[in-house]
Amino acid sequence: MPSRGLPYLLLLPATVFLAVFFLYPFTQIAWEAFSGPGGVTLSHFATMVNYWKFPAALENTLLLAVAVVPLQTAMALAMAVLVSKLEKGRDLILYIFTIPLGISDLAAGLIWFAIFQQTGFLNSALHALGVVHTPVIWLGYQSKWVIFLAVMLAEIWRATAIMLVIIVAGMGLIPKEYGEAAEVFGAGPWQRFRRVTLPLLRPSLQTALILRTILAFEVFAEVAALGGTNLPVLMGETFHWQFDLQDGHTAAAFAIVILAISIGFTLLYLRLLRVPKGAGI
Amino acid sequence: MAEIVIKGVAKTFGAFTALHSVDLTVADREFVVLLGASGCGKTTLLRIIAGLESASGGEVWIGGRRVDHLPPRQRGIAMVFQNYAVFPHLTVFENIAFGLRMQNLPMAEITRRVERTAELMHIEQLLKRYSGQLSGGQRQRVAVARALAMEPSVILMDEPLSNLDALLRLEMRAELKGILAESQTTTIYVTHDQVEAMSLADRIAVMQGGHILQAAEPIEVYRNPAARFVGAFIGNPPMNFLPANRGAGGWEVAGLPVLGPESGEALEFAVRPEDLRPAAKGLPAHVKIVEPLGPHLLVTCDVAGHGFRAILESDTSVRTGDLLHLAPLEGRARWFDLATGHSVPV
Repeated sequence: MPSRGLPYLLLLPATVFLAVFFLYPFTQIAWEAFSGPGGVTLSHFATMVNYWKFPAALENTLLLAVAVVPLQTAMALAMAVLVSKLEKGRDLILYIFTIPLGISDLAAGLIWFAIFQQTGFLNSALHALGVVHTPVIWLGYQSKWVIFLAVMLAEIWRATAIMLVIIVAGMGLIPKEYGEAAEVFGAGPWQRFRRVTLPLLRPSLQTALILRTILAFEVFAEVAALGGTNLPVLMGETFHWQFDLQDGHTAAAFAIVILAISIGFTLLYLRLLRVPKGAGI
Repeated sequence: MAEIVIKGVAKTFGAFTALHSVDLTVADREFVVLLGASGCGKTTLLRIIAGLESASGGEVWIGGRRVDHLPPRQRGIAMVFQNYAVFPHLTVFENIAFGLRMQNLPMAEITRRVERTAELMHIEQLLKRYSGQLSGGQRQRVAVARALAMEPSVILMDEPLSNLDALLRLEMRAELKGILAESQTTTIYVTHDQVEAMSLADRIAVMQGGHILQAAEPIEVYRNPAARFVGAFIGNPPMNFLPANRGAGGWEVAGLPVLGPESGEALEFAVRPEDLRPAAKGLPAHVKIVEPLGPHLLVTCDVAGHGFRAILESDTSVRTGDLLHLAPLEGRARWFDLATGHSVPV
C-alpha cells in the first residue's frame, strides 16, 4: 500500500546526492568568492576585473556563444526538418549525426588541432594542391580570428547534435494535423515552418537553447587545445587562477561570473520562449 | 460554382488497395456524405480531394479545374479536421484569421470576417482564448468557423462530430446543417455514423472496401439499398436477411412461398424490421427477446435458425416464447444476389 510519503522517500537519495555533491560545493565556491581575511569582501572580484586578460576572456566567451549558438540552432532546426521528413533510414541518419556527441570536448579540440596545426591535414592538403609552398601557421597568436573560427568549427561540429536530438524529439510531439490544417488554409512550406512548427516547438527550443548556451559559456578544452592561452576565455582563466596561480578565491569569482551569465541567459530564454497558459500542445 | 468531379481515383498503400477506381460527382452546393465503416477508404478519398494525399491514379476536378496536381492551398477548399487541429499557439481570433492572413487580406476585412463567423458559431466571447482553455465543443466550433471564414466554395469535413459527446453531437448536427445550407458551399462530409449521414446529406455515398456501393438520396439508400452491405450497414437495427430457395412454384423463404424476382439463382430475401407486421400468413418467428422501447417494441426472434428482428406497435401483445407470423408490408421486401451481394429487382 503506497503511502503519501513514498514519493518523497523515493526522491530522497537523489535529493541527498544533489545536496551533497552540488549544493555543498556550490555554497563553498560562493563563500570562497566573497570571503576574505576580514569577512565578506568584493576584493576577489576586483582582482578578477583588474586582471589584464579579464576583458578579453569575457569578450571572447560571449562572442563565441553569440557566434556559435544561433548557427547551431539554425543548423539543428534545418537538420531536424530534413530528418523528420524521412520515412526510411531516419534512425540511422540520427545515429550518424549524433556521433560527435560521444566525443569529449578535449578530443574534439585535438581532432581539429590535428587539422589546423602546422604539420596538420589542412596544410598537407593545401600543399598537395599547390596552394601553399610552406606550411601556414594557422593557430598562431597573430591570427586570433583563425583560432576563433577553429573553435567555432569544433564547437559546431561537436555539439550541434544535442540540439538536434532535442528538436527532433520535440517535432515528433507536434501532431501532423496542424501542419495539414496550415497547408489547407493556404500556408506554403516556409509559412508552415515559421507560423506553426516553430511556435509549437518553443518548449523543446527552450530546453535546447538553455542547455547549449550554458555549455557554450563553459567552453574550455577546445580553446585550450586549439589556442592555448592565445584565446583567453572565462573557463580557461578560472582554471588558470585555480591551478597555475593557486588563488582559489579569484577562481571562485570567475566561476560565479560564469554562473551569473548562465542564469541570466536561462531567465531570458524562459521569458522569450514562454508558452502562454492554455497555449501548449 | 464548385462542382466536384472524381474520375477513376485509386489509391494503393504498398500491397493494400485503399480505393479502387472511384467515380463520384458532387453538384454545386450539394451536401454529400461519404459513409462507411473504418477502413473503407472514405477518409482517404477526402484527403485526396483535399490534396493531403496523392492518388495513385485518376482525376479530381473542382469547379471545372483539374486540381489533382495542385497543393491543397491552391484548390480553393476549406477543411474541418476530426481532431479539429485548432492551432494551440494561436488565440481563437488568430485561428479563424489564419487562412485570411495567408491570403494577405486587409486587417479590416479579416476582423470583419472573423467577427461574423464567430458570431455565426456563437464563439464571439472566446476570441481571445487559447485552444487549451476551450472545451471540445468550443474547439469544434472554432474549427468550423475557421473554415467558414475562408468563404470557400468547397468545405471538406472529416468526422467533425465524432469526438463530441452524444448530446452535443445532436445539437451541432442540426446547427451545422443550417449553417452549411446558408453558406451555399459544396460540402463533402465523412462519417461512420449513419444517423448523421441520413440527417445531413443531400446524397449519401456508401463506401466499403474502397468502392462506392451506392450514391443516392438518404431515403433511397435506406429504402432501396443497391447492395446487401448497404442494407446491413444502414438502419438500426439493420435489415433482416434470410436465404431463399427456389421451390416448385417460386421462391420459398423459411418454408413460406414468397413472390420474388424472375431471374437469379441463389438469392437472399431482406426486409427492414419496421416493415414487418403480424399476419395470419407470415414467416414463422419464435420470439426470443422483447424490448419495449416506448414508441415501439423491438422483438428479436428466430426464423428458421436465423436471427431476425421486428419493430412492432407498442401495444402488440407478445411475449418471449411466442410464435409470431410476420409478413412484410406491400412492396417492402428486397432481394439480393447471394454471390455478388447486388440488389435484384422484383
